[in-house]
Amino acid sequence: MRPRPAPLAAALDLRQGRVEQAHGSGGRAMTHLIETLFMAAFDPGAAPLAEDAACLERPAGRLVLSTDSHVVSPLFFPGGDIGCLAVNGTLNDLAMRGAQPLYLAASFILEEGLPLADLQRIVASMAQAARAAGVAIVTGDTKVVERGKGDGVFITTTGVGVVADGLEISASRAQPGDLILLSGALGDHGLAVLAQRENLRFETPILSDTAALHGLVAALLVTAPDGLHCLRDPTRGGLGCALNEIARQSGVGMRLREAAIPVHEPVRALCEFLGLDPLYIANEGKLLAIVAAEAAPAVLAALRAHPLGSEAMLIGEVVADEDRFVDMETLLGGRRLVDWPSGELLPRIC
Amino acid sequence: MRYLNEFRDPHLAQQLLTRIQREADPRRNYQLLEFCGGHTHAICRHGIADVLPENVRLLHGPGCPVCVLPGERLQAAIDLAVGAPLTLCSYGDLLRVPGAGGDTLFKARARGADVRMVYAIDDALHLARAQPGRPVVFFAIGFETTAPSTAVALLRAQREGLGNFSVYCNHVLTPPALRALLAGADDGAARIDGFIGPAHVSTIIGSQPYAFVATEYLRPLVIAGFEPLDVLQAILMLLRQCNTGVARVENEYSRVVNPLGNRKAQALLAEVFGTRAHFAWRGLGELPESALAIRAGFAAWDAERRFDLSGTAAVAEVGACQCPAVLRGQRQPQDCPLFARACTPDHPLGACMVSAEGACAAHYQHGRARSVRA
Repeated sequence: MRPRPAPLAAALDLRQGRVEQAHGSGGRAMTHLIETLFMAAFDPGAAPLAEDAACLERPAGRLVLSTDSHVVSPLFFPGGDIGCLAVNGTLNDLAMRGAQPLYLAASFILEEGLPLADLQRIVASMAQAARAAGVAIVTGDTKVVERGKGDGVFITTTGVGVVADGLEISASRAQPGDLILLSGALGDHGLAVLAQRENLRFETPILSDTAALHGLVAALLVTAPDGLHCLRDPTRGGLGCALNEIARQSGVGMRLREAAIPVHEPVRALCEFLGLDPLYIANEGKLLAIVAAEAAPAVLAALRAHPLGSEAMLIGEVVADEDRFVDMETLLGGRRLVDWPSGELLPRIC
Repeated sequence: MRYLNEFRDPHLAQQLLTRIQREADPRRNYQLLEFCGGHTHAICRHGIADVLPENVRLLHGPGCPVCVLPGERLQAAIDLAVGAPLTLCSYGDLLRVPGAGGDTLFKARARGADVRMVYAIDDALHLARAQPGRPVVFFAIGFETTAPSTAVALLRAQREGLGNFSVYCNHVLTPPALRALLAGADDGAARIDGFIGPAHVSTIIGSQPYAFVATEYLRPLVIAGFEPLDVLQAILMLLRQCNTGVARVENEYSRVVNPLGNRKAQALLAEVFGTRAHFAWRGLGELPESALAIRAGFAAWDAERRFDLSGTAAVAEVGACQCPAVLRGQRQPQDCPLFARACTPDHPLGACMVSAEGACAAHYQHGRARSVRA
């Protein structure tokens, strides 16, 4: 093994230093930043990050590719930060097609003035999330924009995974008679970020649920390889948006039972306080599984047996409906449409 | 949070419903109007209309501050934000309300205007302190519920000598709007047998200001909380009054509301605000003594005195829009030819489709399935 080359520039001041234009200009400072901050965290042993592109072994099965840009304010919030979010978010997009994730590429847009200590925390969090998921970050890119033209850091991650031949999990496969399972309580992530951003404090802090779900998906695939029709992580737009997307793509309607939909008490309380609906709040570690009715009991049991699905519930069923409405039986026994969210979530005035 | 699950208990709801069914006289109809958008939202969100007897019908009232705001006043704010180097702050709902030609504060922001959504007026004060050289205008909107916090902010600005902060006051009052609904009964407005009275507004003003509903117009009014069981209990109380032929102001929301209201908040309102001689309401027209104006002693923080907010041409309502009739309880949202066709929450033409508490938006979001299939 060749010794690591001597540093090109003065050591990065990780305690007081900040991102400067030079860190993105392709010179020594940029190489130094990449070597000491990114490579050291992501994979100190190997050197693929030094190349502009990574060469990968081709696995058996079909490749699955997904990309996702991550912008969040604040960068750090209870339960997570933009780093682990950027890793888990893309891994989950792969997992929702039934894929085993293999590799990630990460692209950073840094705002001039971002403290290097913050960047280091974010990078360490990404590295930890990737390691925990058993996925390598194999290539990346860095750009710096002028102060005021970014929100600290934007991270785009692209993931490659592999899915077994013959496995077709898709948002277009929901059929009338299928049952709808939800892996856990709604709204934790969105409200954790909101509460941090708006400086709202509570006796019980709300933590983001950010988590990589491919391990949970793998457990479901072992349980019911043929019964899983559709998987979706209800991120931005929440459950309401995710179910409407599936209903539209599959050409079906849905009937939910409000009493079965889990929401943690602090989330429910804060939603009431702000006039928000937990059905439309983002989640980063939950999945919806739409499964054949005969497979549902086994899938529900498999969900509940996994740490990420211990609060899983059967929340409704897929029905034939040419209007593709997602309808809900309320706690009182009335009916309510669960419509697409419209625009930004806005707290009410009165 | 206490008082949350207790007031959504399905078993208690069932018991109340049984009593409502027993109380509802099958030989007659009951038309009850909920004044507040918060009640409209709760009724639609919890599917309350579905579980009531068929002869108990709920009408939606004008109690959504965003819905009753005249287009001209919104357009004046858009013009101000676009035309001057300043920061305009408001609560979220308002940013989507269409002014002239469908323009909104959101669109103005996309064109470069400095428009901020805040959760509390304190955030606007904070902004003003943080950028002393730049005017910060807070678009104040709401009924008596939000007005006290605006009063507190104005007092703080005065105390701190915060010269770059000002308030564009659009606060309106509940009792004059109730009176307008009752007075309109003579010219073909909906027959209203009783009112579900405001929840949060009543915590401030108490129950006494509604007395005229019972004494002058002989209609019952029950102040109710926004939870499903609150609404059901209020309906039961209204049916009882209707059946016995009495008209009283009753208070279902006694865990929060007392007859005299919040005296401290009332004192703040009186110190900072006077009443405008007239104010235009979308749907209800010009109503006397129906809105608050900032007193002369606070002129330095009154955006209407500091900026030109008067010169906006009339903003035309969309011709077929039934919002005025919906706001008076005369029509249901689904009776409007634009509802769910040209007018949706993503592309609202009328004010009632904008705020989640507007009757049209609440019906669209939660009840459209029924009207499409009906």
